[in-house]
Amino acid sequence: MQTYQDILTSKKSGPGFDPDLVRGSFPILNTTVHGKKLVYLDNAATTQKPESVIKALDNYYRQLNSNIHRGVHSLSEKATEAYEGVRDKARQFINAASNMEIIFLRGTTEGINLVAGSYGRSNVGQGDEVLITGLEHHSNIVPWQMLCNQTGAVLKVAPIDDKGEVILSEFERLIGPKTKIVAIAHVSNALGTVNPVKRMVAIAHAHGIPVLLDGAQAVPHFRIDVRDLDCDFYAFSAHKMYGPTGIGILYGKQRILEAMPPYQGGGDMIRSVTFEKTIFNDLPHKFEAGTPSIADTIGIGAAFDFLNGLDWDAVSHYEHELLVYASEVIGAIPGLRIVGTAREKAGVLSFVMDDVHPHDIGTILDREGIAVRTGHHCAQPVMLRFGIPATVRASFALYNTKEEVDELVRGIYTVKEVFH
Amino acid sequence: MSELRALYQEIILEHNKKPRNFRKLEHATRTLEGYNPLCGDHYTLYLKIENDTVVDISFEGAGCAISKASASVMTTMLKGKSKDEAQGLFETFHKLVTGELKDISFETLGKLAAFAGVSEFPARVKCASLAWHTMRNALDAQSEPVSTE
Repeated sequence: MQTYQDILTSKKSGPGFDPDLVRGSFPILNTTVHGKKLVYLDNAATTQKPESVIKALDNYYRQLNSNIHRGVHSLSEKATEAYEGVRDKARQFINAASNMEIIFLRGTTEGINLVAGSYGRSNVGQGDEVLITGLEHHSNIVPWQMLCNQTGAVLKVAPIDDKGEVILSEFERLIGPKTKIVAIAHVSNALGTVNPVKRMVAIAHAHGIPVLLDGAQAVPHFRIDVRDLDCDFYAFSAHKMYGPTGIGILYGKQRILEAMPPYQGGGDMIRSVTFEKTIFNDLPHKFEAGTPSIADTIGIGAAFDFLNGLDWDAVSHYEHELLVYASEVIGAIPGLRIVGTAREKAGVLSFVMDDVHPHDIGTILDREGIAVRTGHHCAQPVMLRFGIPATVRASFALYNTKEEVDELVRGIYTVKEVFH
Repeated sequence: MSELRALYQEIILEHNKKPRNFRKLEHATRTLEGYNPLCGDHYTLYLKIENDTVVDISFEGAGCAISKASASVMTTMLKGKSKDEAQGLFETFHKLVTGELKDISFETLGKLAAFAGVSEFPARVKCASLAWHTMRNALDAQSEPVSTE
Protein backbone atom coordinates (compact mmCIF):
# COMPACT_ATOMS: atom_id res chain seq x y z
CA MET A 1 0.00 0.00 0.00
CA GLN A 2 1.24 3.46 -0.83
CA THR A 3 1.86 5.58 2.24
CA TYR A 4 1.75 9.34 2.50
CA GLN A 5 5.53 9.28 2.76
CA ASP A 6 5.70 7.41 -0.58
CA ILE A 7 3.57 10.08 -2.22
CA LEU A 8 5.82 12.81 -0.88
CA THR A 9 8.90 10.96 -2.09
CA SER A 10 7.42 10.32 -5.51
CA LYS A 11 6.58 14.00 -5.82
CA LYS A 12 10.12 14.95 -4.96
CA SER A 13 11.60 12.56 -7.46
CA GLY A 14 8.94 13.34 -10.06
CA PRO A 15 9.56 15.51 -13.07
CA GLY A 16 11.39 18.55 -11.81
CA PHE A 17 12.72 21.51 -13.74
CA ASP A 18 14.42 24.38 -12.03
CA PRO A 19 14.23 27.56 -14.12
CA ASP A 20 17.05 29.06 -12.06
CA LEU A 21 19.41 26.57 -13.66
CA VAL A 22 18.78 28.07 -17.11
CA ARG A 23 18.21 31.71 -16.16
CA GLY A 24 21.94 32.25 -15.78
CA SER A 25 22.38 31.35 -19.44
CA PHE A 26 20.27 34.32 -20.56
CA PRO A 27 22.31 37.52 -20.06
CA ILE A 28 19.39 39.88 -20.72
CA LEU A 29 17.43 38.50 -17.79
CA ASN A 30 19.91 40.23 -15.47
CA THR A 31 19.25 43.68 -16.88
CA THR A 32 16.99 46.39 -15.47
CA VAL A 33 14.21 48.52 -16.98
CA HIS A 34 13.38 51.90 -15.39
CA GLY A 35 15.55 50.84 -12.48
CA LYS A 36 13.55 47.65 -11.90
CA LYS A 37 14.67 44.09 -12.53
CA LEU A 38 13.40 43.01 -15.93
CA VAL A 39 10.41 40.66 -15.79
CA TYR A 40 10.15 39.51 -19.38
CA LEU A 41 6.69 38.17 -20.16
CA ASP A 42 6.56 38.84 -23.90
CA ASN A 43 7.91 35.50 -25.04
CA ALA A 44 5.20 34.86 -27.59
CA ALA A 45 6.54 37.91 -29.45
CA THR A 46 10.11 36.71 -29.16
CA THR A 47 12.09 34.78 -26.58
CA GLN A 48 15.42 35.85 -25.14
CA LYS A 49 18.60 34.14 -26.32
CA PRO A 50 20.96 31.97 -24.30
CA GLU A 51 24.68 32.68 -24.23
CA SER A 52 25.33 29.65 -26.47
CA VAL A 53 23.21 31.11 -29.30
CA ILE A 54 24.82 34.55 -28.97
CA LYS A 55 28.27 32.95 -29.01
CA ALA A 56 27.43 30.82 -32.04
CA LEU A 57 26.58 33.94 -34.03
CA ASP A 58 29.74 35.68 -32.88
CA ASN A 59 31.88 32.64 -33.52
CA TYR A 60 30.54 32.20 -37.01
CA TYR A 61 31.70 35.67 -38.05
CA ARG A 62 35.03 35.28 -36.24
CA GLN A 63 35.93 31.80 -37.41
CA LEU A 64 33.79 30.54 -40.26
CA ASN A 65 32.41 33.42 -42.31
CA SER A 66 32.32 32.41 -45.95
CA ASN A 67 29.68 31.78 -48.57
CA ILE A 68 28.27 28.29 -48.79
CA HIS A 69 27.78 25.76 -51.60
CA ARG A 70 30.28 27.61 -53.78
CA GLY A 71 33.92 27.85 -52.92
CA VAL A 72 36.48 25.11 -53.04
CA HIS A 73 38.41 26.88 -50.33
CA SER A 74 38.48 25.57 -46.79
CA LEU A 75 36.41 28.26 -45.13
CA SER A 76 33.58 27.81 -47.59
CA GLU A 77 33.68 24.06 -47.06
CA LYS A 78 33.57 24.53 -43.29
CA ALA A 79 30.70 27.03 -43.51
CA THR A 80 28.77 24.71 -45.82
CA GLU A 81 29.34 21.80 -43.49
CA ALA A 82 28.14 23.82 -40.50
CA TYR A 83 25.09 25.10 -42.40
CA GLU A 84 24.07 21.67 -43.67
CA GLY A 85 24.80 20.22 -40.22
CA VAL A 86 22.05 22.44 -38.84
CA ARG A 87 19.66 21.04 -41.45
CA ASP A 88 20.35 17.63 -40.02
CA LYS A 89 19.71 18.90 -36.48
CA ALA A 90 16.44 20.45 -37.66
CA ARG A 91 15.35 17.18 -39.25
CA GLN A 92 16.00 15.35 -36.00
CA PHE A 93 14.35 18.09 -33.95
CA ILE A 94 10.99 17.71 -35.70
CA ASN A 95 11.51 14.07 -36.74
CA ALA A 96 11.27 14.71 -40.48
CA ALA A 97 12.08 11.79 -42.78
CA SER A 98 14.79 13.51 -44.80
CA ASN A 99 16.97 16.63 -44.88
CA MET A 100 15.37 17.38 -48.25
CA GLU A 101 12.20 18.22 -46.32
CA ILE A 102 13.89 21.03 -44.34
CA ILE A 103 13.85 24.45 -46.00
CA PHE A 104 15.60 27.38 -44.35
CA LEU A 105 13.92 30.74 -44.75
CA ARG A 106 13.29 33.91 -42.77
CA GLY A 107 10.58 32.61 -40.47
CA THR A 108 7.06 31.26 -40.13
CA THR A 109 5.60 34.07 -42.22
CA GLU A 110 7.89 33.37 -45.15
CA GLY A 111 7.17 29.64 -44.82
CA ILE A 112 3.44 30.21 -45.14
CA ASN A 113 3.97 32.63 -48.02
CA LEU A 114 6.09 30.03 -49.78
CA VAL A 115 3.36 27.42 -49.52
CA ALA A 116 0.60 29.87 -50.52
CA GLY A 117 2.71 31.21 -53.39
CA SER A 118 4.04 27.92 -54.71
CA TYR A 119 1.66 25.13 -53.74
CA GLY A 120 -1.29 27.50 -53.68
CA ARG A 121 -0.70 29.10 -57.05
CA SER A 122 -0.34 25.66 -58.69
CA ASN A 123 -3.21 23.89 -56.96
CA VAL A 124 -5.84 26.46 -56.01
CA GLY A 125 -8.03 27.95 -58.72
CA GLN A 126 -11.22 29.86 -59.40
CA GLY A 127 -14.03 28.76 -57.08
CA ASP A 128 -11.75 26.55 -54.96
CA GLU A 129 -11.58 26.98 -51.20
CA VAL A 130 -8.88 27.49 -48.61
CA LEU A 131 -9.83 26.66 -45.02
CA ILE A 132 -8.29 28.35 -41.98
CA THR A 133 -9.59 28.86 -38.43
CA GLY A 134 -10.83 31.85 -36.47
CA LEU A 135 -7.72 31.70 -34.26
CA GLU A 136 -5.13 32.52 -36.87
CA HIS A 137 -2.36 35.10 -36.68
CA HIS A 138 -2.42 37.56 -39.58
CA SER A 139 0.49 35.65 -41.12
CA ASN A 140 -1.77 32.62 -41.58
CA ILE A 141 -4.62 34.73 -42.97
CA VAL A 142 -3.15 37.33 -45.31
CA PRO A 143 -1.06 35.03 -47.59
CA TRP A 144 -4.19 32.92 -48.19
CA GLN A 145 -6.32 35.99 -48.72
CA MET A 146 -3.79 37.22 -51.31
CA LEU A 147 -3.87 33.81 -52.98
CA CYS A 148 -7.67 33.89 -53.08
CA ASN A 149 -7.65 37.39 -54.56
CA GLN A 150 -5.19 36.30 -57.24
CA THR A 151 -6.98 33.07 -58.16
CA GLY A 152 -10.65 33.73 -57.46
CA ALA A 153 -10.67 31.13 -54.69
CA VAL A 154 -12.68 31.60 -51.48
CA LEU A 155 -11.27 31.80 -47.95
CA LYS A 156 -13.32 29.81 -45.44
CA VAL A 157 -12.92 30.21 -41.69
CA ALA A 158 -13.75 27.56 -39.08
CA PRO A 159 -15.27 29.50 -36.15
CA ILE A 160 -14.17 29.40 -32.52
CA ASP A 161 -16.33 29.20 -29.42
CA ASP A 162 -16.38 31.43 -26.33
CA LYS A 163 -13.51 29.52 -24.76
CA GLY A 164 -11.34 30.14 -27.80
CA GLU A 165 -11.48 26.59 -29.15
CA VAL A 166 -12.10 25.76 -32.79
CA ILE A 167 -15.54 24.18 -33.18
CA LEU A 168 -14.46 20.87 -34.69
CA SER A 169 -17.86 19.96 -36.13
CA GLU A 170 -17.84 23.27 -38.02
CA PHE A 171 -14.26 22.68 -39.12
CA GLU A 172 -15.24 19.30 -40.57
CA ARG A 173 -18.41 20.68 -42.12
CA LEU A 174 -16.42 23.37 -43.96
CA ILE A 175 -14.18 20.82 -45.67
CA GLY A 176 -15.77 20.05 -48.99
CA PRO A 177 -14.98 18.99 -52.53
CA LYS A 178 -13.71 22.47 -53.35
CA THR A 179 -11.27 22.65 -50.41
CA LYS A 180 -7.72 22.55 -51.70
CA ILE A 181 -5.65 23.26 -48.58
CA VAL A 182 -6.16 23.68 -44.84
CA ALA A 183 -3.96 25.97 -42.72
CA ILE A 184 -4.13 25.90 -38.91
CA ALA A 185 -2.22 27.41 -36.00
CA HIS A 186 -0.81 24.67 -33.77
CA VAL A 187 -1.01 27.09 -30.82
CA SER A 188 -2.87 30.42 -30.90
CA ASN A 189 -0.57 33.39 -30.32
CA ALA A 190 -3.35 35.58 -28.96
CA LEU A 191 -5.11 33.14 -26.63
CA GLY A 192 -2.72 30.21 -26.14
CA THR A 193 -5.26 27.63 -27.33
CA VAL A 194 -3.59 24.37 -28.36
CA ASN A 195 -5.50 23.07 -31.34
CA PRO A 196 -6.06 19.31 -31.62
CA VAL A 197 -4.00 19.39 -34.78
CA LYS A 198 -3.35 15.69 -35.10
CA ARG A 199 -7.08 15.10 -35.18
CA MET A 200 -7.65 18.04 -37.52
CA VAL A 201 -4.99 16.74 -39.92
CA ALA A 202 -6.69 13.33 -39.88
CA ILE A 203 -10.06 14.92 -40.63
CA ALA A 204 -8.63 16.87 -43.57
CA HIS A 205 -6.70 13.84 -44.85
CA ALA A 206 -9.88 11.77 -44.75
CA HIS A 207 -11.06 14.18 -47.45
CA GLY A 208 -7.70 14.08 -49.25
CA ILE A 209 -6.78 17.67 -48.32
CA PRO A 210 -3.22 18.66 -47.35
CA VAL A 211 -2.64 20.61 -44.14
CA LEU A 212 -0.17 23.33 -43.20
CA LEU A 213 0.49 23.89 -39.50
CA ASP A 214 1.72 27.23 -38.22
CA GLY A 215 4.01 26.05 -35.44
CA ALA A 216 5.45 29.42 -34.37
CA GLN A 217 3.92 29.26 -30.89
CA ALA A 218 4.15 25.49 -30.44
CA VAL A 219 7.83 24.78 -31.02
CA PRO A 220 9.02 26.57 -27.86
CA HIS A 221 6.63 24.61 -25.66
CA PHE A 222 6.61 21.01 -26.77
CA ARG A 223 8.51 18.57 -28.93
CA ILE A 224 7.21 18.38 -32.47
CA ASP A 225 7.00 15.15 -34.42
CA VAL A 226 5.86 16.00 -37.93
CA ARG A 227 5.54 12.35 -38.89
CA ASP A 228 3.33 11.63 -35.92
CA LEU A 229 1.20 14.71 -36.69
CA ASP A 230 1.24 13.64 -40.35
CA CYS A 231 0.95 17.29 -41.42
CA ASP A 232 2.02 18.15 -44.96
CA PHE A 233 3.73 21.42 -44.03
CA TYR A 234 5.00 22.76 -40.71
CA ALA A 235 6.38 26.29 -40.42
CA PHE A 236 8.21 27.79 -37.45
CA SER A 237 10.60 30.59 -36.45
CA ALA A 238 13.88 30.38 -34.56
CA HIS A 239 13.41 33.57 -32.58
CA LYS A 240 10.43 32.23 -30.68
CA MET A 241 12.44 29.18 -29.56
CA TYR A 242 15.53 30.92 -28.14
CA GLY A 243 17.23 31.30 -31.54
CA PRO A 244 18.05 34.40 -33.63
CA THR A 245 15.59 36.52 -35.58
CA GLY A 246 15.45 36.27 -39.35
CA ILE A 247 15.65 32.51 -39.62
CA GLY A 248 12.98 29.85 -39.65
CA ILE A 249 12.13 26.51 -41.10
CA LEU A 250 9.51 25.18 -43.42
CA TYR A 251 9.02 21.43 -43.32
CA GLY A 252 7.20 19.85 -46.22
CA LYS A 253 6.61 16.26 -47.24
CA GLN A 254 9.13 15.40 -49.90
CA ARG A 255 6.73 14.24 -52.59
CA ILE A 256 4.69 17.43 -52.24
CA LEU A 257 7.74 19.72 -52.23
CA GLU A 258 9.12 17.94 -55.30
CA ALA A 259 5.97 18.68 -57.26
CA MET A 260 5.96 22.35 -56.28
CA PRO A 261 7.51 25.06 -58.46
CA PRO A 262 10.24 27.31 -56.97
CA TYR A 263 9.06 30.24 -54.89
CA GLN A 264 11.88 32.64 -55.71
CA GLY A 265 14.49 32.52 -58.44
CA GLY A 266 18.18 33.25 -58.03
CA GLY A 267 21.50 31.77 -57.11
CA ASP A 268 21.81 28.44 -55.30
CA MET A 269 18.36 27.26 -56.40
CA ILE A 270 19.57 26.39 -59.90
CA ARG A 271 21.53 23.61 -61.48
CA SER A 272 22.25 25.38 -64.74
CA VAL A 273 21.20 28.62 -66.33
CA THR A 274 21.22 29.80 -69.94
CA PHE A 275 19.20 32.65 -71.34
CA GLU A 276 16.89 30.08 -72.88
CA LYS A 277 16.37 27.76 -69.96
CA THR A 278 17.08 27.17 -66.29
CA ILE A 279 17.24 23.77 -64.67
CA PHE A 280 16.30 24.01 -61.01
CA ASN A 281 18.30 22.49 -58.22
CA ASP A 282 17.06 19.55 -56.14
CA LEU A 283 15.36 19.78 -52.79
CA PRO A 284 15.80 21.56 -50.50
CA HIS A 285 17.98 24.04 -52.45
CA LYS A 286 15.22 24.60 -55.00
CA PHE A 287 13.50 26.74 -52.35
CA GLU A 288 16.57 28.54 -51.04
CA ALA A 289 17.38 31.22 -53.60
CA GLY A 290 20.28 33.54 -52.86
CA THR A 291 22.80 33.56 -50.05
CA PRO A 292 20.86 32.56 -46.96
CA SER A 293 21.28 33.94 -43.46
CA ILE A 294 24.16 31.61 -42.69
CA ALA A 295 25.04 33.02 -39.28
CA ASP A 296 21.44 32.85 -38.11
CA THR A 297 21.18 29.28 -39.37
CA ILE A 298 24.23 28.42 -37.25
CA GLY A 299 22.40 30.27 -34.45
CA ILE A 300 19.27 28.13 -34.73
CA GLY A 301 21.58 25.12 -34.58
CA ALA A 302 22.78 26.33 -31.18
CA ALA A 303 19.14 26.80 -30.14
CA PHE A 304 18.41 23.18 -31.10
CA ASP A 305 21.39 22.09 -28.99
CA PHE A 306 20.13 24.17 -26.07
CA LEU A 307 16.66 22.63 -26.28
CA ASN A 308 17.99 19.12 -26.81
CA GLY A 309 19.97 19.47 -23.60
CA LEU A 310 16.77 19.81 -21.56
CA ASP A 311 14.51 17.19 -20.06
CA TRP A 312 11.41 17.99 -22.09
CA ASP A 313 8.92 16.12 -19.94
CA ALA A 314 10.13 18.19 -17.01
CA VAL A 315 10.08 21.46 -18.98
CA SER A 316 6.55 20.86 -20.31
CA HIS A 317 5.36 19.95 -16.84
CA TYR A 318 6.96 23.07 -15.38
CA GLU A 319 5.57 25.39 -18.06
CA HIS A 320 2.12 23.92 -17.62
CA GLU A 321 2.26 24.40 -13.84
CA LEU A 322 3.43 27.98 -14.31
CA LEU A 323 0.54 28.78 -16.66
CA VAL A 324 -1.96 27.16 -14.30
CA TYR A 325 -0.52 29.17 -11.40
CA ALA A 326 -0.60 32.42 -13.41
CA SER A 327 -4.18 31.77 -14.53
CA GLU A 328 -5.23 31.19 -10.92
CA VAL A 329 -3.61 34.21 -9.30
CA ILE A 330 -4.24 36.65 -12.14
CA GLY A 331 -7.75 35.33 -12.77
CA ALA A 332 -8.55 35.98 -9.11
CA ILE A 333 -7.91 39.74 -9.39
CA PRO A 334 -11.25 41.56 -9.15
CA GLY A 335 -12.33 43.35 -12.32
CA LEU A 336 -9.98 41.30 -14.49
CA ARG A 337 -11.14 38.80 -17.10
CA ILE A 338 -9.01 36.16 -18.80
CA VAL A 339 -9.71 35.94 -22.55
CA GLY A 340 -9.21 32.45 -23.93
CA THR A 341 -10.06 29.65 -21.57
CA ALA A 342 -9.50 26.62 -23.78
CA ARG A 343 -9.05 23.29 -22.04
CA GLU A 344 -5.60 22.95 -23.52
CA LYS A 345 -3.38 26.00 -23.53
CA ALA A 346 0.31 26.75 -23.80
CA GLY A 347 2.40 29.73 -22.82
CA VAL A 348 -0.13 32.54 -23.18
CA LEU A 349 -2.36 34.40 -20.74
CA SER A 350 -4.47 37.14 -22.33
CA PHE A 351 -6.65 39.37 -20.21
CA VAL A 352 -8.66 42.58 -20.06
CA MET A 353 -9.59 44.79 -17.11
CA ASP A 354 -12.74 46.74 -16.42
CA ASP A 355 -12.31 50.43 -17.19
CA VAL A 356 -8.58 50.27 -17.96
CA HIS A 357 -7.43 49.98 -21.55
CA PRO A 358 -4.66 47.42 -22.26
CA HIS A 359 -2.27 50.15 -23.43
CA ASP A 360 -2.54 51.99 -20.14
CA ILE A 361 -1.87 48.70 -18.35
CA GLY A 362 1.15 48.06 -20.59
CA THR A 363 2.65 51.50 -19.88
CA ILE A 364 2.25 51.12 -16.13
CA LEU A 365 3.64 47.57 -16.08
CA ASP A 366 6.61 48.74 -18.14
CA ARG A 367 7.48 51.30 -15.45
CA GLU A 368 7.53 48.36 -13.02
CA GLY A 369 10.03 46.56 -15.26
CA ILE A 370 7.43 44.12 -16.58
CA ALA A 371 7.37 43.55 -20.34
CA VAL A 372 4.02 42.37 -21.71
CA ARG A 373 2.40 42.77 -25.08
CA THR A 374 -0.70 44.90 -25.43
CA GLY A 375 -2.80 45.26 -28.52
CA HIS A 376 -4.41 42.89 -30.98
CA HIS A 377 -1.39 40.59 -31.27
CA CYS A 378 -1.65 40.47 -35.07
CA ALA A 379 -4.89 38.56 -34.62
CA GLN A 380 -7.57 41.20 -35.18
CA PRO A 381 -10.27 38.64 -36.09
CA VAL A 382 -9.76 36.98 -32.68
CA MET A 383 -10.28 40.35 -30.97
CA LEU A 384 -13.38 40.96 -33.09
CA ARG A 385 -14.72 37.54 -32.10
CA PHE A 386 -14.50 38.49 -28.43
CA GLY A 387 -15.74 42.04 -29.02
CA ILE A 388 -12.62 43.70 -27.59
CA PRO A 389 -10.12 46.02 -29.27
CA ALA A 390 -7.10 44.60 -27.52
CA THR A 391 -5.83 42.50 -24.63
CA VAL A 392 -2.85 42.44 -22.33
CA ARG A 393 -0.86 39.32 -23.08
CA ALA A 394 1.58 37.78 -20.65
CA SER A 395 3.44 34.97 -22.38
CA PHE A 396 5.81 32.59 -20.70
CA ALA A 397 9.07 30.81 -21.45
CA LEU A 398 10.91 28.12 -19.56
CA TYR A 399 13.00 30.70 -17.67
CA ASN A 400 9.99 32.46 -16.14
CA THR A 401 9.22 31.87 -12.48
CA LYS A 402 6.30 32.02 -10.07
CA GLU A 403 8.00 35.01 -8.46
CA GLU A 404 7.75 36.83 -11.78
CA VAL A 405 4.05 35.97 -11.98
CA ASP A 406 3.73 37.47 -8.48
CA GLU A 407 5.50 40.61 -9.77
CA LEU A 408 2.90 40.79 -12.54
CA VAL A 409 0.12 40.54 -9.97
CA ARG A 410 1.74 43.37 -7.97
CA GLY A 411 2.03 45.37 -11.20
CA ILE A 412 -1.67 44.91 -11.92
CA TYR A 413 -2.47 46.21 -8.45
CA THR A 414 -0.32 49.27 -9.24
CA VAL A 415 -2.50 49.77 -12.31
CA LYS A 416 -5.55 49.67 -10.07
CA GLU A 417 -3.92 52.14 -7.71
CA VAL A 418 -3.16 54.60 -10.53
CA PHE A 419 -6.68 54.29 -11.92
CA HIS A 420 -8.23 53.93 -8.44
CA MET B 1 5.18 55.94 -9.35
CA SER B 2 5.79 59.70 -9.62
CA GLU B 3 6.31 59.54 -13.38
CA LEU B 4 3.15 57.46 -13.69
CA ARG B 5 1.27 60.04 -11.64
CA ALA B 6 2.65 62.74 -13.93
CA LEU B 7 1.22 60.84 -16.90
CA TYR B 8 -2.05 59.74 -15.36
CA GLN B 9 -3.02 63.02 -13.71
CA GLU B 10 -6.37 63.35 -11.97
CA ILE B 11 -7.78 65.43 -14.79
CA ILE B 12 -6.88 62.72 -17.31
CA LEU B 13 -8.39 59.95 -15.21
CA GLU B 14 -11.49 62.01 -14.65
CA HIS B 15 -11.98 62.82 -18.34
CA ASN B 16 -11.36 59.16 -19.17
CA LYS B 17 -14.08 58.10 -16.76
CA LYS B 18 -16.53 60.81 -17.75
CA PRO B 19 -15.62 62.08 -21.19
CA ARG B 20 -17.20 65.42 -22.11
CA ASN B 21 -19.11 65.97 -25.35
CA PHE B 22 -19.14 62.19 -25.79
CA ARG B 23 -21.96 61.78 -28.24
CA LYS B 24 -22.86 61.96 -31.86
CA LEU B 25 -23.40 65.52 -33.07
CA GLU B 26 -26.56 65.94 -35.10
CA HIS B 27 -26.12 68.37 -37.99
CA ALA B 28 -22.34 68.17 -37.88
CA THR B 29 -20.76 69.90 -40.84
CA ARG B 30 -17.56 67.82 -40.58
CA THR B 31 -17.23 64.21 -39.44
CA LEU B 32 -13.88 62.47 -39.40
CA GLU B 33 -12.51 59.20 -38.10
CA GLY B 34 -9.31 58.91 -36.10
CA TYR B 35 -8.01 55.36 -35.98
CA ASN B 36 -4.75 53.83 -34.80
CA PRO B 37 -5.11 50.25 -35.98
CA LEU B 38 -2.10 48.87 -34.07
CA CYS B 39 -3.44 50.25 -30.78
CA GLY B 40 -7.10 49.91 -31.57
CA ASP B 41 -7.81 53.51 -30.52
CA HIS B 42 -10.79 54.45 -32.66
CA TYR B 43 -12.80 57.69 -32.50
CA THR B 44 -15.20 59.67 -34.62
CA LEU B 45 -14.98 63.43 -34.29
CA TYR B 46 -17.96 65.66 -35.10
CA LEU B 47 -17.61 69.36 -35.79
CA LYS B 48 -20.12 72.03 -36.54
CA ILE B 49 -18.38 74.91 -38.26
CA GLU B 50 -20.09 78.21 -38.99
CA ASN B 51 -18.24 81.24 -40.36
CA ASP B 52 -14.91 79.61 -39.73
CA THR B 53 -15.78 79.08 -36.07
CA VAL B 54 -16.24 75.82 -34.19
CA VAL B 55 -19.75 76.28 -32.86
CA ASP B 56 -20.05 72.71 -31.60
CA ILE B 57 -17.84 69.67 -31.29
CA SER B 58 -18.26 66.13 -29.98
CA PHE B 59 -16.75 62.67 -30.27
CA GLU B 60 -17.53 58.99 -29.93
CA GLY B 61 -15.42 55.88 -29.81
CA ALA B 62 -13.07 53.84 -27.66
CA GLY B 63 -9.43 53.74 -26.73
CA CYS B 64 -6.92 54.15 -23.93
CA ALA B 65 -7.20 56.71 -21.13
CA ILE B 66 -4.67 59.04 -22.74
CA SER B 67 -6.41 59.15 -26.11
CA LYS B 68 -9.89 59.45 -24.67
CA ALA B 69 -9.02 62.16 -22.11
CA SER B 70 -7.12 64.06 -24.77
CA ALA B 71 -10.14 64.01 -27.08
CA SER B 72 -12.45 65.01 -24.24
CA VAL B 73 -10.28 67.93 -23.04
CA MET B 74 -9.85 69.05 -26.63
CA THR B 75 -13.61 69.28 -27.19
CA THR B 76 -14.02 71.42 -24.07
CA MET B 77 -11.36 73.84 -25.29
CA LEU B 78 -12.43 74.24 -28.90
CA LYS B 79 -16.03 75.28 -28.64
CA GLY B 80 -16.34 78.88 -29.84
CA LYS B 81 -12.79 79.00 -31.17
CA SER B 82 -11.97 80.21 -34.67
CA LYS B 83 -10.14 77.90 -37.07
CA ASP B 84 -6.95 79.89 -36.54
CA GLU B 85 -7.25 79.63 -32.78
CA ALA B 86 -7.86 75.89 -33.07
CA GLN B 87 -4.77 75.56 -35.24
CA GLY B 88 -2.80 77.50 -32.62
CA LEU B 89 -3.96 75.16 -29.86
CA PHE B 90 -3.03 72.17 -32.00
CA GLU B 91 0.50 73.50 -32.33
CA THR B 92 0.81 74.20 -28.61
CA PHE B 93 -0.45 70.73 -27.76
CA HIS B 94 1.86 69.09 -30.25
CA LYS B 95 4.90 70.87 -28.85
CA LEU B 96 3.81 70.04 -25.33
CA VAL B 97 3.54 66.27 -25.82
CA THR B 98 6.72 66.06 -27.86
CA GLY B 99 8.66 67.85 -25.12
CA GLU B 100 9.34 71.10 -26.95
CA LEU B 101 7.49 73.27 -24.45
CA LYS B 102 9.23 72.32 -21.25
CA ASP B 103 9.68 75.83 -19.88
CA ILE B 104 6.27 77.29 -20.52
CA SER B 105 4.16 78.15 -17.46
CA PHE B 106 1.18 75.99 -16.62
CA GLU B 107 -1.01 79.09 -16.51
CA THR B 108 -0.44 79.68 -20.22
CA LEU B 109 -1.37 76.10 -21.05
CA GLY B 110 -4.57 75.90 -19.06
CA LYS B 111 -6.13 72.42 -19.14
CA LEU B 112 -3.51 71.26 -21.64
CA ALA B 113 -0.96 71.25 -18.81
CA ALA B 114 -2.37 67.88 -17.73
CA PHE B 115 -0.69 66.35 -20.76
CA ALA B 116 2.81 67.60 -19.97
CA GLY B 117 3.76 64.14 -18.62
CA VAL B 118 3.15 62.50 -22.00
CA SER B 119 6.50 63.69 -23.35
CA GLU B 120 8.24 61.31 -20.92
CA PHE B 121 6.41 58.40 -22.54
CA PRO B 122 7.31 58.54 -26.24
CA ALA B 123 5.20 55.46 -27.03
CA ARG B 124 2.10 57.32 -25.88
CA VAL B 125 2.47 60.52 -27.91
CA LYS B 126 0.46 58.93 -30.71
CA CYS B 127 -2.39 58.27 -28.26
CA ALA B 128 -2.46 61.83 -26.95
CA SER B 129 -2.34 63.42 -30.38
CA LEU B 130 -4.87 61.24 -32.25
CA ALA B 131 -7.91 63.44 -31.59
CA TRP B 132 -5.94 66.62 -32.25
CA HIS B 133 -4.67 65.43 -35.63
CA THR B 134 -8.19 64.29 -36.49
CA MET B 135 -9.51 67.75 -35.56
CA ARG B 136 -6.92 69.52 -37.68
CA ASN B 137 -7.64 67.37 -40.72
CA ALA B 138 -11.37 67.84 -40.21
CA LEU B 139 -10.88 71.61 -40.20
CA ASP B 140 -9.00 71.23 -43.46
CA ALA B 141 -12.06 69.42 -44.83
CA GLN B 142 -10.11 66.21 -45.39
CA SER B 143 -12.08 62.99 -45.52
CA GLU B 144 -9.43 60.26 -45.14
CA PRO B 145 -9.35 58.62 -41.67
CA VAL B 146 -6.48 59.94 -39.57
CA SER B 147 -3.79 57.82 -37.94
CA THR B 148 -0.91 58.91 -35.73
CA GLU B 149 0.88 55.55 -35.76
